[in-house]
Amino acid sequence: MLSINNLQASIEDKQILKGLNLQVKPGEVHAIMGPNGSGKSTLASILAGRPEYEVTGGEVFFEGKDLLELSPEDRAREGVFLAFQYPIEIPGVSNINFLKTALSEIRTHKGLPPLSAKEFLKLVKEKQQLVDFDAKLTNRSLNEGFSGGEKKRNEIFQLAMLNPKLAILDETDSGLDIDALRIVANGVNQLRSSENAFVMITHYQRLLEYIVPDFVHVLYDGRIVRSGTKDLALELEEKGYDWLKESLDTHNAI
Amino acid sequence: MRIITIREYFSNFYKMSSEKQLLEELTTEEYKYGFTTDIEMEIAPKGLTEDTVRYISAKKNEPEWLLEWRLKAFRYFMTMAVPTWQNFKHPEVDFQDMSYYAAPKAKPQLNSLDEVDPDLLETFKKLGIPLDEQKVLAGVVAVDAVFDSVSVKTTFQKKLKEQGVIFSSFGEAVQEHPELVRKYLGSVVPSTDNLYAALNAAVFSDGSFVYIPKGVRCPMELSTYFRINAANTGQFERTLIIADDRSYVSYLEGCTAPMRDENQMHAAVVELIAMEDAEIKYSTVQNWYPGDKDGKGGIYNFVTKRGICRGDRSKISWTQVETGSAITWKYPSVVLKGDSSVGEFYSVALTRNHQLADTGTKMMHIGKNTRSRIISKGISAGVSHNSYRGLVKISKGADGARNYTQCDSMLIGDKCGAHTFPYIESKNSTAMLEHEATTSKIGEDQIFYLNQRGIDSEQAVGLIVNGYAKEVLNQLPMEFAVEAQKLLAISLEGSVG
Repeated sequence: MLSINNLQASIEDKQILKGLNLQVKPGEVHAIMGPNGSGKSTLASILAGRPEYEVTGGEVFFEGKDLLELSPEDRAREGVFLAFQYPIEIPGVSNINFLKTALSEIRTHKGLPPLSAKEFLKLVKEKQQLVDFDAKLTNRSLNEGFSGGEKKRNEIFQLAMLNPKLAILDETDSGLDIDALRIVANGVNQLRSSENAFVMITHYQRLLEYIVPDFVHVLYDGRIVRSGTKDLALELEEKGYDWLKESLDTHNAI
Repeated sequence: MRIITIREYFSNFYKMSSEKQLLEELTTEEYKYGFTTDIEMEIAPKGLTEDTVRYISAKKNEPEWLLEWRLKAFRYFMTMAVPTWQNFKHPEVDFQDMSYYAAPKAKPQLNSLDEVDPDLLETFKKLGIPLDEQKVLAGVVAVDAVFDSVSVKTTFQKKLKEQGVIFSSFGEAVQEHPELVRKYLGSVVPSTDNLYAALNAAVFSDGSFVYIPKGVRCPMELSTYFRINAANTGQFERTLIIADDRSYVSYLEGCTAPMRDENQMHAAVVELIAMEDAEIKYSTVQNWYPGDKDGKGGIYNFVTKRGICRGDRSKISWTQVETGSAITWKYPSVVLKGDSSVGEFYSVALTRNHQLADTGTKMMHIGKNTRSRIISKGISAGVSHNSYRGLVKISKGADGARNYTQCDSMLIGDKCGAHTFPYIESKNSTAMLEHEATTSKIGEDQIFYLNQRGIDSEQAVGLIVNGYAKEVLNQLPMEFAVEAQKLLAISLEGSVG
């Protein structure tokens, strides 16, 4: 589904990704961990097409299409979803109106007619329940005045509504208390299927207790330096990133 | 049809009148017809003199007092200079180089919608304007044709008449209800109020007149009818609305479809009068031709709008969505004379390319416990400039007056300007005045967030702007609000990136 080969990228002339490789197949959940500044969020931004980042080398294919050639909205319409680390507030635009617009754009792209108001509301109700999202928030302005936890939960609600093929969760666990984390994780687990894939970017192993990944990758200095199963995350948790840095730096020195 | 020969006509006349009378009759008769034909065939000659004013008044068959009123305004106009306080460079206007009677505009008659500019049709489609109306707006069919085919006009007028509501053209009102017109004309905006109000008073060609009798709630929004009708109103229109005791009316002015009007100046005057416990809600959606990308052409929209809450507990509410015109210059205002009366002003002004807007309101608190509310949302894009100018004035006797003003500006891009000029004059220490103002920019992160959900940048800006203007759009009647939303989004096409 997603194939990243030797991806290199920079922001404001600073090289962040230095040759990153990652293969994701349908039905898989990948966790990407790594210390601050290793390039985790850059990877998420590049995949979503954030304009500030410049790709300086490598390639990314999504369902056989050159992802880097597509505009951000076309990537979304093709089925790439980014759950933002810091969801944006848009005053006056109701959550539900926003979702209706987004959904009909995606459906139009797929050659499907827009949902009728009735069908749409039915879907809203269903997905609200699935991810345990407060119905009151649905009619409020998009993220305006939401708490940190509510914003993150809104991202998962949007994910449920738009039903993408590939969901990238950028530190969705940060700033969540344990109850909110459980709700968010439950939501994601409900949405997992053999058709879709998840890439979870996280700093902590904690999230992986709730959403069990098939693969764990460690990103360090712009490259994936280790890949393994969820045991790798536990090892990392136990020994810390310094252990990793030391072993790698020693390795590089030799 | 029976054809009367000239001989018969003559002989009929001989029977009833003297030779002298006949001669008189015939000369005026002939003059009259010749006159009318001239008007229909062409626009009045350029220039503005007392004769122009007399010509218009005669054409409208107006009573002597109205001609005098016009002439007084004309003489005053000639002594006035163009103001200099506005926040834009007043364009050079040669008042002698304009024609002052161009009301029945002869548009090129097209045979079908296929001949209409495809851009225009595309916009109509986006706005969701019904096909019948599209044809009128594009000039394919005459207004009357549509009226006849769907008999909107007659149905409406019958319904209104049952309630005693008078809703007619200004010219008709002068003929049929001269006492009402004479009583209220110029009572809110005197003919000597300002340069453009004086010009309008001198040369106004037509407009609308509304009278709602005591205790009547006008049974419909005075909208659809007017929207169609508005397609052919002239440059100098005049609207007079009187809501008698305990009555209510909601009036919609304007046309959401872009009118490819070549008129350079629209100097309209609107007067509203609300008696005891009456309420007038006046909504405007203005989308006149804004000129091209380089700022060439476009309408100067110089309008004087003012209402008076004469009676106690009366209410006047202005709502405006201004997206068109090269220059918009107007301040819909309320004089709060009656005790416990309420004035409201809700405004969205959007400027792009080289457009200029200097708009706002005046709330004059005179009565006790009067309240006013001002919500102004400016949106500037391109190299445009958007100014809010407002005055809240509390007179000595206006005990317990309250005002709330919120004045927000939004910038799109970094070459446009947003300006605010709020004035407050309070002569009463019991007044409570609140003023809030914000300035924001549409953030790239907001646009990207929406992009990431499959929404392209133009639609994203449309959504963000509509969200920002929501408080004002909510004041519009439902069907107008939907069109206004679309209009805001369409107006910003090409403003991003």
